Amino acid sequence: MFGISTQALFGQLLLGLINGSFYALLCLGLAVIFGLLNIINFAHGALYMMGAFVAYLIGAHLGLDYWAALIVAPLIVGAFGMVIERTMLKMLTGLDHLYGLLLTFGLALIIQGVFLNFYGSSGMPYQIPPALTGGQNLGFMFLPNYRAWVVCFSLVTCLATWFVIERTKLGSYLRAATENPNLVRAFGINVPRMVTLTYGFGVALAALAGVLSAPINQVRPMMGADLIIVVFAVVVIGGMGSIMGSIVTGFALGLVEGLTKVFYPEASNTVVFVIMAIVLLVKPAGLFGRNA
Amino acid sequence: MASDVSISAAPSASASASGMAGSEKAALAILVAVLAVAPFLIYPFFLMQALCFALFACAFNLLVGYVGLLSFGHAMFLGGAGYVTAHAAKVWGLSPELAIVFGIATSAFLGLVVGALAIRRQGIYFTMITLALAQMVFFLCLQAPFTHGEDGIQSVPQGRLFGFIDLSHQMTLYWVVVAVFLGAFLLIHRTINSPFGEILKAIRENEPRAISLGYRTERYKLAAFVMSAALTGLAGGLKAIVAQNASLTDVHWAMSGEVVLMTLVGGLGTIFGPVVGAVTIVAMQNYLAGLGSWVTVIQGAIFVICVLTFRRGIVGEIARAIGKPL
Repeated sequence: MFGISTQALFGQLLLGLINGSFYALLCLGLAVIFGLLNIINFAHGALYMMGAFVAYLIGAHLGLDYWAALIVAPLIVGAFGMVIERTMLKMLTGLDHLYGLLLTFGLALIIQGVFLNFYGSSGMPYQIPPALTGGQNLGFMFLPNYRAWVVCFSLVTCLATWFVIERTKLGSYLRAATENPNLVRAFGINVPRMVTLTYGFGVALAALAGVLSAPINQVRPMMGADLIIVVFAVVVIGGMGSIMGSIVTGFALGLVEGLTKVFYPEASNTVVFVIMAIVLLVKPAGLFGRNA
Repeated sequence: MASDVSISAAPSASASASGMAGSEKAALAILVAVLAVAPFLIYPFFLMQALCFALFACAFNLLVGYVGLLSFGHAMFLGGAGYVTAHAAKVWGLSPELAIVFGIATSAFLGLVVGALAIRRQGIYFTMITLALAQMVFFLCLQAPFTHGEDGIQSVPQGRLFGFIDLSHQMTLYWVVVAVFLGAFLLIHRTINSPFGEILKAIRENEPRAISLGYRTERYKLAAFVMSAALTGLAGGLKAIVAQNASLTDVHWAMSGEVVLMTLVGGLGTIFGPVVGAVTIVAMQNYLAGLGSWVTVIQGAIFVICVLTFRRGIVGEIARAIGKPL
C-alpha cells in the first residue's frame, strides 16, 4: 500500500497506540483534577517523569522490580501530589483558575530542575521485566510482548477509572462534587478530603504512565516536558467534560500520530496541533466538550 | 464563575482618560534618568538585553494584565520575529529597520492566525491553545532550513539604521534601543488609557456584560492579541539585532514561561511592573548563571512564591503602598 511495508505500517501504528495510551492516562488525570479542582495541572508532565524516576530509583537502590514499581511509584508520587494539594493548591481556592496553572508550572520547573541537577539530561535505561521480554510473530508484524502489555494495561486502567467514576457510588459523589461542592458538603461528605484524594489519584495515573514508559523511553528529567504540551492539545481537542472522551481522544490521536510517521514523517511532531486547530475551527467546544 | 477573582488584582488606573497620573509621570522620569545614567555604570549589552525583555514583558502584559488573556505561547512571536529579522538582515542584506519591520509583520500575522484560533475558547483553554500552537511553531523552526536548526542564525550584521546610523557602535545601538523601547512603552501606555483600552479592561472584568453592552468582544480581544504579538515581534527583532543571533531558545516554551514570570514578579496589570520584573529576572539569570540548572529551580520557586503570597508583584505592592497607579 503506497509503497509502505505492512511491517512498518503496523509497527508505527503500535507505537502510536502506545503513545496514545500515555496521552489517555495523562488526559484522564488532567480531566479528573480539572473537574474537581478547576486547575489545569501543569506539573502533570513532571510528575509523569517522577513516576519513571521513582521506578528507576527503587530498582537501583532497593532492588524492587518492575511489578513492585507499578504499585509503589504511583503511591509515592500520589502521596507527593497530596502534599502539594494540601500545602499549596488549597490556598488558591476562589482565585482565578490561571493562578493554579502558574503555580503548577512553577512546581514543574522545580521538579524538573532538581532531577536535572542530580541526574543530568541524558537518559537512564530501564530494563523490560523478564516476564515480558521477547515477542510474538503475528505473521504481518512482530509484536513485542512489553508493548502489547502497555497498551492492554493502560486500556484496562482507563476503563476501570471510567467505571469507578461513572458507575459507582464513590464516582457519583465525585461527579456531584464537580457540579456543586457546597451542596455535596451539606450532605455530610468530606469534600476537601475528596479533593486531596482526587488530586493524588490524578497524579498517580500520571506516575503510572511514567512507570509504563520507563522501559520504552529512557528515564530522563525532561521526558514529560514536551509530552505535557501535546497532552494539552489532546485535552483541547477532546474537551474535559467527558471521561470516556478523554480516553478515546488520547488513543485516537496516538494512532493518528503513528500514521503520520508512516506517510509524512516531517509532520509527525505537529500533526496533533494541526488537528487541534481544525477542531477549534469546526467545533470550538472540543469533540466531547460541553460549551464552557 | 462570577465569584472568581480577576487575574490582575491591581487597582485600575484612576488617571484621566488620556494623560498620565502624577505617580506615573514621576516613575517615567525615574526610568528615563536610570536609562540615561546606566550605560556608564553597567555593561551596555546587558542593559540592551534587559530592555528587549522589558519590551517583551510589556507587550505580554498588555494582553494578560488588561484583557485578562494569559498567553503561554508568546515565545513564538519573540523567536519568530527574531528569525525573520536575522534572516532579512543577514541573507537578504536589508537595513536593520526594514529587517525589524519584516519581523514585526511576521509576528503580527502569526498573532492574527493564532489569536483567531485561541479566542474561540476561554480561560484555561485559551492558555493551552496558545501553548500548543507555540510548540508547533517551535517544531517548524526546528525543521525549517532557513533557521539552521540547532545552530540558529549566527553573526547577524547590525548594519546602518536608515543607512547612516552605524549600529555596530555599541553606545549608538544602546540609544537606539532606548528610543525604541520608550516609544513602544508610551504607545502601550496610550493604548491602555484610550477608549479602546477601557473596553479591553471591561472585557477583563466582565466579558458577558461587555457583550451585553453591544461590544463585539472577540474583535477587541483579537485586536489586542495582534497588537501584543506585533510589539513582541518588535522586541524579538530588536533582540536579534542586539545579540546578533536568533536561536531556538527564543521560540522554546521555557521563554513563554519566562515572560509570564517577569510580568508576575513585576506586577500583572501595572504599567511599570513588566519593566521591573524583566530587569529583575534578567539580572538574576546573569548573576546566577554559574549555578546551571539550579536557575530553573529558583525560577520555579519564584513562581510558586509569587502565586502563593505575592500576587501583586513588586510594582503592584508599591502602587498599593502609595495608593496611586504605577
